[in-house]
Amino acid sequence: MTTITPYRSTARNPRDGFGPLLRAEWTKFRTVRGWIIGMFIAIIVTAGLGALVAQASTNVSCTQSGGGQATVKHGAACGASRQRLLGPGGEPVDDQFYFVRQPLDGNGSLTVKLTSLAGLVQPNSGGPEPRGQAFLDPWSKAGIIIKDGTRQGSAYAAMMATGGNGVRMQWDYTRDTAGLPGAVSAANPRWLRLTRTGDTLTGYDSGDGTHWTQVGTVRLNGLPSTVQAGLFVTSPDHTTVSTSFANGNVNGASTWATAAFTDVSRTGTWPTGGWTGDFIGGGGAPLAHSVAGYHQAGGQFTVTGTGDIAPVVSGPGSNAGPDTTISDFLLGTFVGLIVVAVIAAMFMTAEYRRGLIRTTLVASPGRGRVLAAKAIVIGLAAFVTGTAAAAATVFVATHIAHSNGFVTWPEPWPTELRIIVGTGLLVAAAAVFTLAVATMVRRSAATLMITIVVLVVPYFLARTAAVPLSVANWLLRITPAAGFALQQATPQFHQVQSVYSPFTGFYPLLPWAGFAVLCGWTVLALAGAAYSLRRRDA
Amino acid sequence: MSSASHASPASETLHAEWTKLRTLASTSWLLLAAAVLTFAVSAAADAASACPAGGCQVDPARLSLTGVQLGQAIVAIIAVLAISNEYGTGMIKVTLTAMPRRLTVLAAKAAIIAGLVLAASAVGVLGSVLAGRLILPGRGFTPAHGDALLSLASGPVMRATCGSVLYLALIALLSLGIATAVRESAVAIGLVLGLLYVFPVMTAIVSDQTWQRHLEQIGPMTAGLDIQTTVNVQSLPLTPWQGLGVLALWAVGALTIGALLLRFRDA
Repeated sequence: MTTITPYRSTARNPRDGFGPLLRAEWTKFRTVRGWIIGMFIAIIVTAGLGALVAQASTNVSCTQSGGGQATVKHGAACGASRQRLLGPGGEPVDDQFYFVRQPLDGNGSLTVKLTSLAGLVQPNSGGPEPRGQAFLDPWSKAGIIIKDGTRQGSAYAAMMATGGNGVRMQWDYTRDTAGLPGAVSAANPRWLRLTRTGDTLTGYDSGDGTHWTQVGTVRLNGLPSTVQAGLFVTSPDHTTVSTSFANGNVNGASTWATAAFTDVSRTGTWPTGGWTGDFIGGGGAPLAHSVAGYHQAGGQFTVTGTGDIAPVVSGPGSNAGPDTTISDFLLGTFVGLIVVAVIAAMFMTAEYRRGLIRTTLVASPGRGRVLAAKAIVIGLAAFVTGTAAAAATVFVATHIAHSNGFVTWPEPWPTELRIIVGTGLLVAAAAVFTLAVATMVRRSAATLMITIVVLVVPYFLARTAAVPLSVANWLLRITPAAGFALQQATPQFHQVQSVYSPFTGFYPLLPWAGFAVLCGWTVLALAGAAYSLRRRDA
Repeated sequence: MSSASHASPASETLHAEWTKLRTLASTSWLLLAAAVLTFAVSAAADAASACPAGGCQVDPARLSLTGVQLGQAIVAIIAVLAISNEYGTGMIKVTLTAMPRRLTVLAAKAAIIAGLVLAASAVGVLGSVLAGRLILPGRGFTPAHGDALLSLASGPVMRATCGSVLYLALIALLSLGIATAVRESAVAIGLVLGLLYVFPVMTAIVSDQTWQRHLEQIGPMTAGLDIQTTVNVQSLPLTPWQGLGVLALWAVGALTIGALLLRFRDA
């Protein structure tokens, strides 16, 4: 008996390729005029709301550092005084400390023994009395520093003991590594060492002066041959963070720290003369000047300083004053996202409503591939829309703010790029998620309800402080709304006290981690969509 | 024709709308969801909050009614579906053939929706207040900390409770008006929820006080929820009832536009 093989054409069916399928879906999308208009509406609404925020944020009152509160009606004067100090990475920083320094030429090292660290706080800031109550801020810092000159905002690396966070190695304002724990006292001194080899700085600490541990090593590119090295003390404003509900307030009071250094030893090429005391960033604050200083007796140095060497964090309590970031301008994203979600839902449900889905599936029976093609088309369209909306918003809103004389929060360019492209990714993932949900539930109203309840409402509840902080943080960890973390403007720094809450623009997850949560939900929804599309009659 | 055997055309229309909504499975599920979610979110917010000994900075009534902020999304969807489902299925042509008085149809729909939402939200809101009464004292909201126990006997709490129920009904009417105007369910839901949520997010971000105040005064949600405030009422940009009035104006405006379009446009 012979088996008869049915005839199969060996010619490739041109409809089999994925390319034509993509093209078919793109044609379906592009030829519905309402959807294309809708995408433009998403851009216009997002940018329009951004412009409104920019306009409404230029009439601000700002607190000048130095104690006095000056209410300025127009942003111009306020913004002009707000030219922020930027660190090597382009981020706003504080750089104020008392510096007992000598130039170090070429390679070398500096070692000291720190025997005490104590502090004072001024009870109510602005008063005439410079001496306050004994108080040591947890982030008061005393130690040794090697810095690219005395210019504020220049690169540095430092080994320090802190008021409440043990020994740390810090460099370039934002970086922080922990060393020995525990507080400094005469009975419990700390030895600190910094060595310089070319551009590389290495920090060591020791509890006894003989056994040394390396805390960290860092390359500061472009460090000049001659650097400034020496002892430093600084102490940040003591901030009391009162968190109520999801919001919070910060009250600051000036503090000073005084540290005693002995056993200063050096290797390398140092001048033979004495040390120079400088109040870096002291500016015109007479009160701080009357307190900061140093005293040398024999081998002991007593140094008093105030200020901070740290990144500035946007939000209440920072000495940042008006702190509108480009993320604030992007608040309209969620409205644009709703518009795009409406289109994404209809992109799928219209097929069911009109019965077009049967034609689609006859033409290309690979149902999974149809879903993939639809997801790619709507994802790309949403990505372009979201990115264009973010770029337009940032451009328009920044322009409005600048023309009102208002300085927005400076962002390093990679952050700005991440926020703009991230907005596109956020909108794209939301659109694909919506499409997948629409495939499962087939009704545009139900689809949109699901998208809005899981994606927009959590963002809304957290962002407007409508729920307690813990709930807000959990909502932004586990729901698809975690993806909004891509818009976080400034990172959270554990070494700077502030109100870190969604209300002030800080998300509980890192930007890409939050996006991963959203992508996880999207993949889950796509899997459900593929399953139900295969198993159910169309 | 059979009209002689029935009462007035208005009650017939009401009856027809009631039958259409009642026999739709999604309506009862969504009403249940609105009540349950309102209650659940409120209880979760209660359980997650704490009042320090120094005095609470949170209005306990407002806190225990947090769920209304999610419940309104479901209520909006119920109202939108009531009209846009008819357009989606073509049922509207049958409806308008049987009952050519279009405004009567819309009025009947509005009455039925408002009634259903009032009933469902009364359950959710009363449950939320009860949850607040039971949970909040354990979280530090006690008379010792300066907060009276939530009680419907207190005038402001009663106002917040009844006002929240009315708030949800007005949201339903606003949604019905918008959905009648735009017909497509997804677009209507997007419009309603975008309109509701954009004002609070704006006020949270805008730093200028004057702008903040104006935005709070005109936003349907920000103004409408003023009704939930029981402490520091004088610091509100509007009085509680004025705030609810702003929302009512939004609802009337949306219904008017919807009615005009329904009246003069082909179905």
